[in-house]
Amino acid sequence: MNDWPLWEVFIRSRNGLDHKHVGSLHAADWQMAIENARDVYTRRNEGVSIWVVESRHIHASDPEEQDTMFESARSKVYRHPTFYDIPDEVGHM
Amino acid sequence: MTLVDLQKRFDEKIEAEVKIEPKDWMPDGYRKTLIRQISQHAHSEVVGMLPEGNWITRAPSLRRKAALLAKVQDEGGHGLYLYAAAETLGVSREELIDELLCGKAKYSSIFNYPALSWADIGAIGWLVDGAAIMNQVMLQRTSYGPYSRAMIRICKEESFHQRQGYEILLTLCRGSDEQKAMAQDSLNRWWWPSLMMFGPHDSESTHSEQSMSWKIKRKSNDELRQAFVDATVPQARYLGLTIPDPDLKWNESTGHWEFGEIDWEEFWQVVKGNGICNRQRLKDRIRAHEEGAWVREAAMAHAEKQRHRRDVA
Repeated sequence: MNDWPLWEVFIRSRNGLDHKHVGSLHAADWQMAIENARDVYTRRNEGVSIWVVESRHIHASDPEEQDTMFESARSKVYRHPTFYDIPDEVGHM
Repeated sequence: MTLVDLQKRFDEKIEAEVKIEPKDWMPDGYRKTLIRQISQHAHSEVVGMLPEGNWITRAPSLRRKAALLAKVQDEGGHGLYLYAAAETLGVSREELIDELLCGKAKYSSIFNYPALSWADIGAIGWLVDGAAIMNQVMLQRTSYGPYSRAMIRICKEESFHQRQGYEILLTLCRGSDEQKAMAQDSLNRWWWPSLMMFGPHDSESTHSEQSMSWKIKRKSNDELRQAFVDATVPQARYLGLTIPDPDLKWNESTGHWEFGEIDWEEFWQVVKGNGICNRQRLKDRIRAHEEGAWVREAAMAHAEKQRHRRDVA
């Protein structure tokens, strides 16, 4: 048997929320992937919408390069609101 | 980065409770241990459907039948979550299934015991799922990300399994004398095998120490077994059933139930393949796999045909 391709499953739990990765499964094609995803990942009303993406189409950053990859954001504290001093008297801003 | 640096970074993550993710560097031993443990766990879910599946058509009411069907369906899903977690470690589904079917891979020995009466369906839910939940609650905190996430999902779904089992026994225990005797007989047969589910004593367990230091396991076999006995004894009392252990007694000073020695000879015999149902279980799995082969092939052929049609159009 050659394995059916692997699919990543994303589910929107209710309208207004993002689709979130929940796991993966094997299926012959996208229709079957969606049906199988319904059967294993939404047995208890976990979702209102399903996306499936064949795993081979996902490209990922290299964890070995995590430090250099995300380094530039670490030094930019001025991107956060707490960096700026506003007197209490001004109130909420 | 040198091997020493990679190892150091890995150790720091484990120490700091940072989960290890699929593409992160990990020691070979860690990867191998996880593949073995997660796939055994997956096989157990799948083989675990067999003793109960036998009772779906014999359930005493539609309510019981729907619940049992849902439980067995969950177990199939749990097998899938676990196989998927194992596959993130670079092993294929096909290899994992082959190892099960050729008898090389192990699964939980508990499923090599037969479900002889309806009460056994109660006992399996209450005791077998109860013991599995003890283990799985601990594994939610395992150091490997995909395994941990699978466990969190499984635990969320599984809490109904134990309750439906206990409710079956409660109903029998409130019924006729024959029904209560059936429940007691079932407890007599499932109690000791359930305690064996936690594996050998810590002193005898070959992989335990390393697994604990890698934080794959967070509690030892004996710790989990004791927690299970402590939780279960009062539940048996409420049912009005007697646990088949003359040495069982409450220790006021430790706050734990003391219990008798497990028959380790029986344990190892079942592990080695000489349990009551070992051969039957494997035979059933092989048959299901072979009889399903045409479905897998046909689905693939259909998908290829559809793809081809789309490309031409």
